[in-house]
Amino acid sequence: MLYAILCYHEEDVVWSWSKEEDDAVMTRIGAVTDRLTRDGKLGPSLRLLPTTSATTLRKTQDPPLVLDGPFAETKEQLLGFYVVDVNDLDAALDIARELAAANPGGAYEIRPVALYNPDRRSGARA
Amino acid sequence: MNDATWINAALTAARPQAIGALLRYFRDLDTAEEAFQDACLRALTAWPLNGPPRDPAAWLILVGRNAALDGVRRRGKLDPLPADQAISDLEDVEAPLAERLDGSHYRDDVLRLLFICCHKDLPATQQIALALRIVSGLSVKQIARAFLVGEAAMEQRITRAKARVARADVPFETPGAVERSERLTTVAAMIYLVFNEGYSAGDGTARSSLSSEAIRLARLLLRLFQTEPEIMGLTALMLLQHARAAARFDVAGEIILLDDQDRSLWDSKLIAEGLSLIDKAMRHRRPGPYQVQAAIAALHARAARPQDTDWAQIDLLYAALERLQPSPVVTLNRAVAVSKLRGAVAALDMIEPLAPRLSGYFHFFGVRGALLLQLDRKAEARKAFDQAIALANTPAEAAHIRLHLDRLIRDASPTLT
Repeated sequence: MLYAILCYHEEDVVWSWSKEEDDAVMTRIGAVTDRLTRDGKLGPSLRLLPTTSATTLRKTQDPPLVLDGPFAETKEQLLGFYVVDVNDLDAALDIARELAAANPGGAYEIRPVALYNPDRRSGARA
Repeated sequence: MNDATWINAALTAARPQAIGALLRYFRDLDTAEEAFQDACLRALTAWPLNGPPRDPAAWLILVGRNAALDGVRRRGKLDPLPADQAISDLEDVEAPLAERLDGSHYRDDVLRLLFICCHKDLPATQQIALALRIVSGLSVKQIARAFLVGEAAMEQRITRAKARVARADVPFETPGAVERSERLTTVAAMIYLVFNEGYSAGDGTARSSLSSEAIRLARLLLRLFQTEPEIMGLTALMLLQHARAAARFDVAGEIILLDDQDRSLWDSKLIAEGLSLIDKAMRHRRPGPYQVQAAIAALHARAARPQDTDWAQIDLLYAALERLQPSPVVTLNRAVAVSKLRGAVAALDMIEPLAPRLSGYFHFFGVRGALLLQLDRKAEARKAFDQAIALANTPAEAAHIRLHLDRLIRDASPTLT
């Protein structure tokens, strides 16, 4: 079963990390994701740029309205996600706990995936 | 990351907002800073025990305000100090209180805090030092190291700048639209100054960290003013320039020009963020100097190889910049694009009239020498390079010009074959 692990954290804090701190976090996360990859449990994962670089298309009117910034102004922002392939919620939570130990602060939302379309670009890596 | 590292990052991130709000309450910079300091000390004991609060800035503002008010009462009545727990234990009441903290004031609080560092009587270096101390929270020692001066001298410089700011009338009312936009312009200029202090230094030096700090401040400002195209432009400009940091100097600390840089060393993450911001800014169709400069930097970033650079578009953008912000330095930069498009003669014609106004400018003689060299006018090139060296701002600049000179001298000497 596929779960998305959505990563929420205060981006002001995350983008205040020094390069060394950021590198250290990425190294620790890398150790977890490498193992998940070997176990065949890790699908696509990505890290997003700051919400200041986001643009929102509001579809509630016609034509849709283009707005600067993220969809919602929240205390914590969506900073990235992992897709994991596991048997049940407990297994997904175990992975989230491991990731949390590598990257404390903020929250993970664990959400089952309803529809999964792999990358269809020609030559794209699976 | 351990608790202490996380807490430090959270305190740094919350600092501008928290001190900005405390300044609004107490209308005195020293009191606001002390209150924040107090709150930080309490956070260091409370957060590891209770876990980090959901809104660190709100927590710090409340605790800082209470601590400072207690200080005032204590001095007044000599009441006993309340237990730490009473002040810091905000777990349950935090959320509703945070709501009452006038969320909408936050952005003007932060803007005001940045703005008071830009007092027009303060020379640029003092504005930068003050902003780094108050807004960024760098220690005097860190700032002194970045500016290559002694700690005592920097301490004195900051104290004097603070005294000057304290005497000034700090505007505490919520600014109107025009005033807010004026403040933003002033603050943007100061942030770009901070960036350039770092940019002029080599990658990895204490001073170069100022560039990342300027980017952090710009991202913060942009989060508060999400629809301002010039703030997007400023942030994009700094990101695109900073992306080249690792490629700008060789191992010996010598300058590598754009054409000669190893583009695989450019930071693709920073470039992606910069490109997305300049795209966003241009949709507003309200061009400004930062956006145009960022658009130029974007064209360089988009070129996979130097020969792929769209010099015609860069020429047009510099022409736009000349209209927005006429300056001989802009024309000088445009001449470099013109030399690529129409040759060194056209470029030389363009910069000759600038000579009287740029007679003290390193880059003028550097560009002039390089153009003359392209035309094989060696004696004149050598003279221009000599003048450039005399005006160099950093050893790296001088060393770079000396390379040209060495080559000229080598070529001029009789070959021993």
